[in-house]
Amino acid sequence: MGTSPPRELVLHVNGEERRGAAEPRVTLADFLRDELGLTGTHLGCEHGVCGACTVLLDGRSVRSCLLLAVQAEGHEVETVEGLAAPDEPLHPIQEAFSAKHGLQCGFCTPGFLMSVRELLADDPDPDEDSIRSRLSGNICRCTGYQNIVEAVRYAAELTRDSA
Amino acid sequence: MKPPPFEYVAPRSLDEAVAALAEHGDEAKVMAGGQSLVPLLAFRLARPSVVVDVNRVAGLEGARLEGDTLELGALTRQRDVELLPGLRERCPMVVEAVEQIGHVAIRNRGTVGGSLAHADPAAEWTALALALDAELDLHGPGGTRTLPARDFLISYFTTALQPDEVLTRIRLRVPNGRTGSCFLELARRHGDFAIAGVGALVSLGADGTVADARVALIGVGERAVRADAAERVLRGAEPTGDVVAEAAAAVDGEIEPNGDIHASADYRRHVAGVLVRRALETAVTRARGGGDVAAA
Repeated sequence: MGTSPPRELVLHVNGEERRGAAEPRVTLADFLRDELGLTGTHLGCEHGVCGACTVLLDGRSVRSCLLLAVQAEGHEVETVEGLAAPDEPLHPIQEAFSAKHGLQCGFCTPGFLMSVRELLADDPDPDEDSIRSRLSGNICRCTGYQNIVEAVRYAAELTRDSA
Repeated sequence: MKPPPFEYVAPRSLDEAVAALAEHGDEAKVMAGGQSLVPLLAFRLARPSVVVDVNRVAGLEGARLEGDTLELGALTRQRDVELLPGLRERCPMVVEAVEQIGHVAIRNRGTVGGSLAHADPAAEWTALALALDAELDLHGPGGTRTLPARDFLISYFTTALQPDEVLTRIRLRVPNGRTGSCFLELARRHGDFAIAGVGALVSLGADGTVADARVALIGVGERAVRADAAERVLRGAEPTGDVVAEAAAAVDGEIEPNGDIHASADYRRHVAGVLVRRALETAVTRARGGGDVAAA
């Protein structure tokens, strides 16, 4: 069986150049968490179903469990840590999820936040159908989604107000 | 970390990619968007010795609609097809099919060529390729050969691609004029694989009879099928409700669905008939100029 040894990777994550070493089989999700310590990106199913590991690659949502870390070289990666630094106020999307109880256990939340970030960049005023359709790739087992949909509407409002 | 170890090569050119494939033969696997292959690796259902990642190969991207041809580089992301200007107006079945592939995050990464080369019998692109008489360019050590979709798709996860070939471009014919089309599928949940799916296209002549008809189905056999018998019923006929119903009934003899954990064979057969009828009704309505009518 073929193998490739760990290699040095240079990724652009949340606007910074970050380095680490990984075998080619290491997914972006594992690299973010284990090499870069960015544990905000969560891993649920690890085969592309649950959406917990959603990050943005060049501004577009992707499953970081279905991307090899080596494939992200040369691209801009944005993770949930990129929304707001610990000493900064919450990002409007985070603020909205908090205000509208769009989370309970919070495990799926980073993936939702990143999907919503892409949605609101594409459409600052999405209707309920497009919110539900966009978020169909993110699974939450706590909330029943109603509060998440409300949080997205509120996030859109906050984002428009701050624009 | 779930995938098994493999040697990784990321060629920059088509010739380098083909050389890597020629060197490793059956042991190598092409990775495009990875939305099917990476889960297979994670489950260790696929254990290639070598992964040839074609994402950095120049010249495999690009989607354009020109004349009656939709030409897609094999690496075109699903989402870029979905958002291609003018495509929904011109041939709604393509956009309606692509919108049902996984979710946005999957479509941002998944590719048209990857989907066709993977050849899942429920893959939307396999029906589009058959319905729209697609031609596929396959590049190997001896150059490029072109195959019609009918000859490319063979069986479950099996195509005419040789181990040392890369699918590079796909050209689909999207007829102009008094043409309507529609793609419908039934899945348990949005984004799931289709239990059955149908792409239908109808072109009307000046007298209102059917000049051309295409019906292709997924999920109802070892590969996507063109329902020739249904198309024969439609061609030359006035597309009344009865004629459409007769065409839908004719599909029954052309499919060999299997039962599995998701649906029985009988249920798939029933769903296929219903979807063909509805897709044809919508296609006819659109061809007559009712382009905004949503699928029933």
